[in-house]
Amino acid sequence: MTLSDKELEIVKILEKDARTPMEVLAKMVELPVEETERLVKKLEEAKVIVQYTALVDWRKADGHEGVTAMIDVKVTPKRGVGFDEVAERIYRFPEVKSVYLMSGAYDLSVVIEGRSMAEVAHFVSEKLSTLDSVISTTTHFILKKYKHDGIVFEQGDQDRRIVVSP
Amino acid sequence: MKPQTRKTYVSETVAQLKPSGIRRFFDLASSLEGVISLGVGEPDFVTSWSIREASILALEQGYTSYTANAGLPELRQEIAAYLRRKFRVEYRPETEVLVTVGASQALDLALRAIVNPGDEVILIEPSFVAYEPLVVLAGGKPVAVRTSGADRFRLDLTQLEQAVTARTKAVIVCSPNNPTGTVLSRAELDGLARLAQAHDLLVIADEIYAELTYEGEYTSMAAVAGMRERTILVSGFSKGFAMTGWRLGFAAAPEELLQAMLKIHQYAMMCAPTMAQYGALEALRSGERDVAEMRNSYRRRRNYFVASLNEMGLPCHLPGGAFYAFPSIQPTGLTSEQFAERLLLEEKVAVVPGNVFGQSGEGYIRCSYASSLEQLQEALKRMKRFLARL
Repeated sequence: MTLSDKELEIVKILEKDARTPMEVLAKMVELPVEETERLVKKLEEAKVIVQYTALVDWRKADGHEGVTAMIDVKVTPKRGVGFDEVAERIYRFPEVKSVYLMSGAYDLSVVIEGRSMAEVAHFVSEKLSTLDSVISTTTHFILKKYKHDGIVFEQGDQDRRIVVSP
Repeated sequence: MKPQTRKTYVSETVAQLKPSGIRRFFDLASSLEGVISLGVGEPDFVTSWSIREASILALEQGYTSYTANAGLPELRQEIAAYLRRKFRVEYRPETEVLVTVGASQALDLALRAIVNPGDEVILIEPSFVAYEPLVVLAGGKPVAVRTSGADRFRLDLTQLEQAVTARTKAVIVCSPNNPTGTVLSRAELDGLARLAQAHDLLVIADEIYAELTYEGEYTSMAAVAGMRERTILVSGFSKGFAMTGWRLGFAAAPEELLQAMLKIHQYAMMCAPTMAQYGALEALRSGERDVAEMRNSYRRRRNYFVASLNEMGLPCHLPGGAFYAFPSIQPTGLTSEQFAERLLLEEKVAVVPGNVFGQSGEGYIRCSYASSLEQLQEALKRMKRFLARL
């Protein structure tokens, strides 16, 4: 769908902070609350806005830190369906957080989250590698997340401005 | 014979300068804890990383010596290109562009370069607090022309013309304006141009907030027909590029005027800081996207903040630029000072009383909306509680 200026503005604001109160959002885009609600609903129904989620820093939740791995997967594309079929087989697993088709040295980039390295290793060796189309996998474990989806995890930016200035 | 002891070493001119009305609020606000400040006259963004990185690189590579008095030649070229691209005004980088220590220094140089003792300089009030003292320090006589909140602080050309005398040398205009946020319309600019030409006046155009204009395209004073020759354009990197602490501004003017300013600059300042100039170079080469992003962010907060002020009974026009809302507090019956002081002491929200920007600012307060949305929401909540108690 082609977004109007107001719809585009709404999407940009909610993408930054999905919890922006409706009353604040409405004033920001200079529309009445009811009209803003209607546009948000429309964007949700059209799946332009797919989901509202929280960005969690699991390192702060003791005992639930978990591990994330990025796996480079080489596959054999199939006639007629290309990479889509094998991609679908992979992304249906709930432990798979994202799947991208890549240009370059490998074909699919798969992000897996698990409770432990053993759990991820198990998934790769038992589920992923055993798929017919999969030729090879290279697993990289993430050691530390500095920035995710544009958000820096440890924000050191405090307001250093003097309180009143001309 | 013992010489007579002087009463003071301070010059009469300086002794007679009024202390800044902002100072008192700064001291008061600094002494309290938990204050939300809407009194800040600068962006809430930290300078873009690409700009900071370029300046770090300059330091690493040892660019620590003086630059040419007028500033790095490549920076002056970029400034000229920027003014051409953005405002369609042409300046020769070699002779008509000067890099200064903030737009403030550019203003000071402009005034010192043009004012003869007793010359009059017209200011449009409410105005930035530095204009009047800078005119006085340059040996001139400031003449205030007031604009009125009832008229959305629009320029009254008839009043302006009445203020012109045989001694009038120049008019200082600031658009978008600090503190009102008002942007001069095309008609106002044209009227001002006609008046300047009819009375042979210079215009010192403070366009430091030009990047932060929210409706339509910005027109520079120097872009109006016939005005380039009688305009000293003053701007800088502080507001649009969020570079206040870098202290970097510039002036662009016809050669004769700019060279006069350069003469003072080379004796009084030598040159603007070198590493800051390298940062500014990067700002002009790659900063446009970040500026647009910041502009959008201010616009959203402006819309929210101003609508909320109106809703709680503090009438406020929607400012066309800068990051200030200038609501009327007349419905409360308090003076600007009383309102600001009580709001600060009772609810710990700092705003700037409008009267510090001149008489016509009385009855108004300046609130900066360059704060996080959470801070603005909390400040509005406190202001609402304060109003309900009055």
